[in-house]
Amino acid sequence: MKKIIKNYSQHVVLIIIAIMFIWPMLWLVFASFDKTGPLTIKVPDQITLDNYIEVVTNPMNFRAFLNSFIISFSQASMVVILAILASYPLSRFSIKGKSKILYSILFLNGLPITAIMVPVYMVFFRLKITNSIISTTLFLVATALPYSIWMMKNFMDDVPKTLEEAAWIDGAGIIQTIIHVIFPVILPGVMVVFIFTFSGSWGNFFVPFILLSSVEKIPASVSIYQFFGAHGQVVYGQLAAFSLLYTMPIAILYFLSQKFMSQGFALSGAIK
Amino acid sequence: MIEKRKIKTTILFLLPSLLLIFVFFALPVFVTIFYSFTNKTLVGVKAINWDFVGIENYKFMFADKRFFISLKNTIVFLFFSALVGQQVLGFALAYMMQKKNALLRRFVGTSVLLGWVTPEVVVSFIFFAFLNTEGSLNSFLGVFNIKPIAWLFDHAMLAIIFANIWRGTAFSMLIFQSALGNVSESVKESARIDGANTRQVLFRIIIPLISGSIVTNTILITLQTIGLFGLIYALTGGGPGYDTTTVPIYMYNKAFSAYQLGYGTAMAIILVLFGMLMSVFYMRSFKRND
Repeated sequence: MKKIIKNYSQHVVLIIIAIMFIWPMLWLVFASFDKTGPLTIKVPDQITLDNYIEVVTNPMNFRAFLNSFIISFSQASMVVILAILASYPLSRFSIKGKSKILYSILFLNGLPITAIMVPVYMVFFRLKITNSIISTTLFLVATALPYSIWMMKNFMDDVPKTLEEAAWIDGAGIIQTIIHVIFPVILPGVMVVFIFTFSGSWGNFFVPFILLSSVEKIPASVSIYQFFGAHGQVVYGQLAAFSLLYTMPIAILYFLSQKFMSQGFALSGAIK
Repeated sequence: MIEKRKIKTTILFLLPSLLLIFVFFALPVFVTIFYSFTNKTLVGVKAINWDFVGIENYKFMFADKRFFISLKNTIVFLFFSALVGQQVLGFALAYMMQKKNALLRRFVGTSVLLGWVTPEVVVSFIFFAFLNTEGSLNSFLGVFNIKPIAWLFDHAMLAIIFANIWRGTAFSMLIFQSALGNVSESVKESARIDGANTRQVLFRIIIPLISGSIVTNTILITLQTIGLFGLIYALTGGGPGYDTTTVPIYMYNKAFSAYQLGYGTAMAIILVLFGMLMSVFYMRSFKRND
């Protein structure tokens, strides 16, 4: 008997913890379908899609989503391409000072981006490139590159060299080899880097908050903040619908690719 | 391949990345160090005609009571939300989820991951509602006849700690899951045969075996937490008063609301230095694992 209680006590604790994690989120779901948008969890008296319709039909919100997508998608694509290029020589050649490059990449990875935002703003201000989606995206590319190169190199290290050698003999160049031989093999790794990077910038608040100021350029993160921070009378139901729509893409990406993602975590945890 | 071609390829392939990293990442760090010794402001005369003021900003910082409050808040926040909250809870979850059936693992794992996939600003909004006087937590406590508590005003630090635990636990959980997965069954089994009980196996065998991951995880969550801005800024704005003003919030306020860029960057330097220190430890733990 004692053993049974002991065996199942962990199940119970796990389930309680899981419920505690779902609990705050549940409110967001309920409130988004409730016209009255209460602050507490309450099953709506009348389930309505009005909040969603309101949010989706507002052109400013649509613009914010589009901006988020443009920034995150172009950033993640650039990061993946640049990281594959950069990690190829780091993985394949024995170059002088290679470990120095690798460790400085790892070192940059550790710097809190928050701390450099003030000077970044100053540099951008001086160069007159504030309030530009392009420069904001390039900045996000730069800050995501160190860990992406690091991860990508680790994935590339696992590709056997013999695969490439066959391609060399057939007369393929380096770029062709990367595209036709290496890329298909490291595709899961590429996905990890892409999703990590995409969701990182999709959810990022501080960078666009500092670097972008026009209403038509801000992404959803900043737009939600303004929605909920600046106005006195907040329609919580609508804000909940907006938040949920904004969370959905990365939540789906994450859960669809959970298997890949745990690889990414194993890498950053240095357990190989 | 010929050596010359290798070098050419290396330079060509690394150049775009290094250039971007240099211009947008490394350069601002140097600029930070530089401006922290000036009295530059965002607007006004001192924006153009700034002077070198030596270590004035740093002196001022060490005399600034509010800076110390923000530093203390950062440390309290880091300790309770990340080092204790996320890490211990994350480990406990990973440990308990071992050898449970797939359905339970999936249910628990997915629930905890909800916080991790939710963008910062949305986390703030969720906790704004959850901890509101009319929010879900108070409604629940009301069942036990506990009067509504103004969490966001009377216990603001606790509020941001809760929010950060909710958001960040999944990260530690995933790191520890993969670490625990690598602890071989036979080691645990032989310890058990030698008469060790569950607790002894945990503390004497498992924890020492995954100490590398514990160190790495500690460093990574520290780095994530000291730089946290959006979550706190959107939830409490650093208030009430200075109750939840951490260093990034104070830095932001000084640089962009009070326009004291020089002073703001001096604070940024302290954050960067702290991050650098952690980065060095991070690299070391990698080197040891290699």
